[in-house]
Parts: sequence; structure tokens; C-alpha cells
Amino acid sequence: MSEHRIETKVNGEAVAAHVEARETLADFLRGKLGQTGTHLGCEHGVCGACTVIVDGAPVRACLMLAVQADGTAITTVEGLADPDGTLHPVQQALRDEHGLQCGFCTPGIVMTLAALTADGAKPAEDALKDALTGHICRCTGYQGILRVAQRLAGEAA
Amino acid sequence: MSETKVAAARFVGQRMPRTEDKRLLTGKGVFVDDVSYPGMLHIAFVRSNVARGTIKSIDTDAARSMPGVRAIYTYDDIAKFDIEMVSFYLVSPPPGPKVTALANGRVAFVGDPVAMVVADSRALAEDAAAAVFVDIDEEPPVVTIEDAKSGAPVHPDVETNVAAEAGVEEDEDLEEMLSGAAHLITGTVRHQRIAQAPMETRGVVFAQNGSDITIHIACQSPHMVARYVAMAFRLPETGIRVLAKDVGGAFGLKVQPWREEIAAMAAGMLIGRPVKWIEDRLENLTAACPAREQICTLRTGFDENGVMVASHVDYAVNNGAYPHSPDANLAVPMFLWAPYKMPRLGFIARGWHSNTGGLAAYRGPWAMESLVRETTLDIAARRMKIDPIELRRRNIVTRADQPTFSSMGIPLEDVTPAECLELLLEKIDVPAFRKEQAEARKAGRYLGFGCATYIEPTGSTAVPVMASEMAQLRIEPTGKVSAMMSTFSQGHGTQTTMAQVIADHLGVPFEDVTVFEGDSTRAGFGPGAAGSRQAVAGGGAAIKTADILIEKIKRLAAHLLNATPDDVRIEDGKVIVSGTKEMTRNLADIAEIAYNEPDRLPEGMEPGLEAQYRYKGPAMVFASAAHGCIVEIDAESGFVEIKRWVVAEDCGVVINPAVVEGQVAGGVAQGIGQVLLENLAYDAYGNPTAATFKDYMLPGITDVPVLEFHHITTPSQAEGGFRGAGEGGNIIGPPTLVNAINDALAPFGADLLDLPLTPSKILAAMEGAG
Ligand code: FES
Ligand code: FES
Repeated sequence: MSEHRIETKVNGEAVAAHVEARETLADFLRGKLGQTGTHLGCEHGVCGACTVIVDGAPVRACLMLAVQADGTAITTVEGLADPDGTLHPVQQALRDEHGLQCGFCTPGIVMTLAALTADGAKPAEDALKDALTGHICRCTGYQGILRVAQRLAGEAA
Repeated sequence: MSETKVAAARFVGQRMPRTEDKRLLTGKGVFVDDVSYPGMLHIAFVRSNVARGTIKSIDTDAARSMPGVRAIYTYDDIAKFDIEMVSFYLVSPPPGPKVTALANGRVAFVGDPVAMVVADSRALAEDAAAAVFVDIDEEPPVVTIEDAKSGAPVHPDVETNVAAEAGVEEDEDLEEMLSGAAHLITGTVRHQRIAQAPMETRGVVFAQNGSDITIHIACQSPHMVARYVAMAFRLPETGIRVLAKDVGGAFGLKVQPWREEIAAMAAGMLIGRPVKWIEDRLENLTAACPAREQICTLRTGFDENGVMVASHVDYAVNNGAYPHSPDANLAVPMFLWAPYKMPRLGFIARGWHSNTGGLAAYRGPWAMESLVRETTLDIAARRMKIDPIELRRRNIVTRADQPTFSSMGIPLEDVTPAECLELLLEKIDVPAFRKEQAEARKAGRYLGFGCATYIEPTGSTAVPVMASEMAQLRIEPTGKVSAMMSTFSQGHGTQTTMAQVIADHLGVPFEDVTVFEGDSTRAGFGPGAAGSRQAVAGGGAAIKTADILIEKIKRLAAHLLNATPDDVRIEDGKVIVSGTKEMTRNLADIAEIAYNEPDRLPEGMEPGLEAQYRYKGPAMVFASAAHGCIVEIDAESGFVEIKRWVVAEDCGVVINPAVVEGQVAGGVAQGIGQVLLENLAYDAYGNPTAATFKDYMLPGITDVPVLEFHHITTPSQAEGGFRGAGEGGNIIGPPTLVNAINDALAPFGADLLDLPLTPSKILAAMEGAG
């Protein structure tokens, strides 16, 4: 297996590492960087649990290779809340609306919603729901998540 | 909207935000794959790619020489442990043919674990697993229930494929009653095989240090796992510590460590280093034990007024090759007509072995009883030309009928299916809908309404392993409360709900209560999450333990403050003597004295403020519900749109309405998936045809409507008045939806009872082919 040196920023911190060509970004974040908040539910791009933000866009970390992350800036679920523990508005909304049960799908949902509402953006509720069709939650029946989409949407603002 | 009100409670009944959410929202949850040990090795399984045959040879040479490979183990290597697999009921060995952790000479389904590779990383282990060559003398497999009836026995030393059986085949009296009935209505439901598909797959991290064993595992009860492992390997239970902080859903799949987890533990013992096995999704969909796959025929006789006279059910379930426990699901006949007045019921139930993945539980394992009952009630109503609601009203058990016994002799004292149905009908104006439906039909639009009612046994103590639950409470010298519970959450929110109960009953702030779960060496044995029991059993244990502490605090405070115990009460963390404000003390002050100044205690009082109680609730606590939904079927595509879904349910005193509604909603969503989407099918050769989430379709956010909740709160006879709520949505959801679809399809004369109801089946029915 060929190894490659990459440099990236993860949650604002500079990272330099050697990765195998076949190593996924998810395995790299979890295994090498200990950022275990990024979860693997399917490893084939359907469930959305592994979603992280790469250069501002929500990306499935199981479908991206670590080598492709060279030169990028990555935010994981660990990088969202304020250092003093204040939750990111998306995290707070999910908490208020009981949008999670086991919490396994949750980091991915948080990252998708955080990417779409970054810099004060207020997408339409339907656009948020559309994006959330890329996430499987097996516990909640999506009820709280639907309320979160409503809360974060432009029309509810 | 919730209509719950619980007088005088500060936290019980409130939508308290969950304590566990902060860690889960910030990536600080600890799931099994998040745990690592120095020097830990990784396991990948070599699995059979044929459904049935004899293993001629296993060639591991090429794999053994690959980089990073530390060991490859087959059955022969782990045979020395002489492992006894244990059933859900803690029976060792489980009834039925012997189950071995790895295939012993034969393979019995595609995915059967034949060998395991232990390597430096999962990737290297998988590389090597692909290089292990297993030579199998293939035999024609038994795949379906029909195959099982006529095919060669799946297991060599047995005569038939009947895994388990209950009931009687011939019942002449009953047959006479049925044939003499004014109407005899028959319905056959076919339920496809489905996957529990928790978002976190199974997994285990095993570490042994001499006689100390530490196991991190995705499970439903760490206490239960400790017992399984102790029994399987014949080890003293006290040396086994099972830890599980967070679990990403289980739904019945993770009630017991099964073949792979046990094999991985054996590998850890053999190699003497920590090992990890994390199931991938392919393994989960092909080799984890799936659920359902049932065929159920219900025959029911009615008199000329639509009153039921007798019924017979023939139930069959595919057990696969290595079920968690051979099962004919006695609970199906047991609860079949429980919410209705059925004078006479007969049944035959059989579980069949086949060359497919073994059967495990799934949320409401007996759900077929509601599905077959409620769907055939609708069919009966259509045939007899009685309104389906009216037919239910003529037969349902009302409060006025109680106390009574169900047709199977189950005592019913406080069940409210009739009240739930009436509440549902207050919320859905069915006559108005019927008008709208008739108008729509004229315009070629097909709307349907379906409802279902049921009662659900929860908090069951009748099942031996589920008989009791324990709480240990400590009021620390600081006045804060530590609760060691044998409850366990895979998203149930028990850290929050148990704290609500404890804070209320002790009279302390919610924030002052910390609930510890997920460690088999804390608190006593408890079955954890199984049978919708945690509110009932755990809540009851918490209350009884709090009562012991309150008694002690009252006696102690009365002694210290020169009062009588009856005048002492605890409120918001303060110990108060009635009528004398200046005598108020912080609970911490009293606790400090209790622990550290034994001389000030009443004569003979044990120091400290610690208590434990093991609670056994009533044998069965019933929850009741009625659900109704409205659908529209697109005549072009056969696509079902769920337009409205109303829930009326009674789970007794509600601890946290948001948590209860979350449980119901999760179940309903899974039920919707079952009816419309999910299908863990096999081809004729026993090959699984849904091995990824692209083929195994789970409901997404646009498949589930906004659910409308209405609660009735009839306190149960259990301590605290709680009833369970964990499985109900998945039991009553499917018949509700199937009935709505068939109501929409009524103009086509179709009764679709063959799940999943895919667009193509629906279109075929609309074109008259169904
Ligand atoms: S783990 Fe990446 S999409 Fe499922
Ligand atoms: S909260 Fe469990 S999968 Fe979404």
C-alpha cells in the first residue's frame, strides 16, 4: 500500500500525517486523530452518519479518501460547540426538540444542518428536509428532526 | 399535543431536555468502536458464500503469510473452550441443535462464520480473510418456510425442520364453531424478513488481564452480557466487567452476544491481546440475526350481528439456521385477541429451521398478532358490510367488561383500548373523511383510512430473566444523589427519566441526581432494555429505594431536630420540619451527619444514606393504544403518501412525554418501513439480495408524516403507575397503515396482506391482477 503525506486543518488545528492511499477520511479522523464523533453507519454512502464539513461543504467521510483531504479545512462534530461548552445553534435546536435518541446518526445530521445554515444562512424548510433525506435515523421517526428543520428554516425566523 | 397532567410532580410528566444529549451532540458519546486499547488487534470473519454444505477444507496458508496477520482461527482452534451458546432466556445450551460460535464441519447459511483473521488493522484482517480458501461440498438449501416443510433437515442430527412448536393441529369443537358461524372470515398475512438495522452495528472489544476480563460491547444489558459470557465460557461472573456507555440502537438484535461476539472473545483469550470486532453493514444485513418472516392465517367466525364466536390461528415463522433461541412465538396466540372479546381461540404455531440467518427478536416480536387481527377485522367489516369502527366497537373489551380474562386466560383489569379508540375518533372526523374519500374517488384519487387498536404487555416480570430490576441510591455527604441503575439505554433516555423519578420522589433538584448505567459491576443484575420494561421496572425500583431513604432521613432528622418523623419532609433538597421554618436544614447537612457523626444518630441506626431495592412489578402491565392514518395512493405510480397519522395511547403515568412520544414515533417509522420498503430477501439459492442500504431501504425523513399524539393516563398497578411504551408503535403501526392502504384500494376489491406493499404490488392490485 502506498503512503502519502497530507496536511490539513481539523477543527482549526493544523495536522500533518502519512496516510495509506486506500484510507478513508472517516477512518483517518477516527483512528488516527481520535475524533470519534464522526460515526460509521454503512461505509457506503447511504446513511449520512459520517458527514463532516470539508471546505464549507457537507461531505460523507466514508466516501472521501484521506489523501483527498490534503490542503483542506475540515470541521467535525467535535469542532462545533464553543470552547466554553455553549452548543452550536444546530446542536441546541436538536436538544430542545428532542431530535435524537441513541445519538448515533446525530453527528452527521448536525454537520449537514450546520453546513447549510453556516454564516446565518436560512434555507427554506423544504431544502433542509431535502438534505436530510440523505440521513437515516433508526430511532426517532424523524419527528424532532422535522421540528429542527422548521426552526432553522428561513420562514420560521 | 400532550394532554398529560400529573399533579404535584415537579419533574415526572415534564418534557425535560435529556441529560445524555449534550455528550451525544458534541461527539463525546462512547460507542463500542470508539474504545481502543494499546496493542489491540482487529478481527475480520471468513464467511461461507454458499447456503449449505460440508466443509472439505480450509486453506489459510496464503492468508497467514500476509502482512500484519497475527492469527487465523477456525472451529478447531476454539473447540477447546467447549463454548455453550446461551439463549435469550439464559438457557445453556439453548434448546435445539447445538450452536457453535464458528462453523463446525458444515455451513448452514450464506454468511456463516467459518474462520476469523486477527490482524493489526481491520483492513489487513479483511485482506487476509479474502485470501482464506474454504472448499465446500455444496448441497441444495432450504430457504423459505415452504422449503422447510419438505426439504432435507438443516441440521444433521434431527428429523425435521421444526425448530419449535406449540398448540394443537386438530380441534374438532372449534372447527364446528367456525363452520357453524354466520360469517367465517379468513386472512393470511405474509410478513417479509426484516433487519433490525440499528445505526450502530454490533461490535465488541475484549481485553483480558489474568482473571480480569473487560468487555465493551454493543448490547441491551451489560449485566445480561456478563452472565452470558460467564455461562458460555464457564467463568466466574465476578471477574467479568461489561461496559457500554452508549449504544446506537438495538431493537432486539443486541439482547445477547451471539456467535461472532463470542468467537471474538475466544480469539482474545487465545491470542492474549485486546481484540476488537466491529460488524460492518454488509455483515449486519447478511449475518446478524434478522427478524419476522412469518406466515399467519387467521380464521374467525362471526354471528349475524358481527359478534365474534370463535377463531383459529395458524402461525409459522422462519427461524433460519442459528436463531437466538428456537421460537414458535407463543406470544402471538397469547395476545392475539386480548383487546377483544373472543369466546374461543385455538392455535398452532411452528418455527422452522432454514438455511438462512438465524432469527432474533425485533421490537414487538409478537407484533403479528395485531397485524393479522386488525387487518382481518377490516376485511371482515368489508365482507359483512359493517363499518370497521362499528365492528370493533361491537367486540372490543371496555372498562365495563373488566375485570375479565382474555380468551387465553390473561387477566385484564385496567386496559383501555376502547377509550383509546374513542379518543382517536374524536380527533379524526371519520364521517367527514368518508365524504372526502367518496368525492376523491370520483376524481380518480384514492384515499384510505385505517385504524387499529391493541394492548401490549409491558414491564413483564413473568419471563424469568425479566422478573426484577434493581436501584441503588446514595445521597452523598454533599447532598448530591448517585443512582446506580440496572436499567440500560440504547436511546431510551433512562439517564433522564430515571433522574426525573428519583428527584421527584426524594424531593431533590433534578440536576442533583446523577444516574449511572452501562457497567455490569455497578448495581445488580438487570435485563436492561427488553420488553418495554424500564419505566415500569426501573422506575418502580427507583421509587422503592427512594422510599427507604426518605424513611431514614425522616427518622434521623426528627431525632436531630426534636420533631416527629411525620412532621419531616424533603423539598428541593431541603429537610423541612412542618411549622418551624428555622429548623430547615440542607439535605447535605443531614447527609454529612449520617455518614460522619455516627454518635448523633438514633440508637441502632446504620450510618450513611445508602439504600437498594430490587423491585418486582406486577406480572404484566398493559399499555393500550389506537392509531389511525389517512393515505393517498397515486394511481399512476402506486406510491403511498401518508397524509395524516394520529396516535391515542395510554402508557399510564408519563414520566417524560417527549421521551414517550419519541419511542412511539420511532416504532411507527419502523412500522412504516416494514409495510412499504424493507425486505431482507433471499434468492432461491439462499443468497441474500439486500446486502447494502441501497437495497435494504429504510424509511427516510420524507417517508414519515408528522405524528399527532394524544395521551390517556390510566395509572397502572405498578409502583409509580407507569406502563411501558417501547415497542407499541412498531406493533400497531403496520396494521394501521395496511388497513388504510386496503381501504384506499377497496374499489378494486383488493386485500393486500403480503408485505412489503410495494408500488408494483399496489399497481397490480389496481389493475385487477392482485
Ligand atoms: S457511513 Fe458514510 S454514509 Fe453511512
Ligand atoms: S438517534 Fe438513533 S439512529 Fe438517530
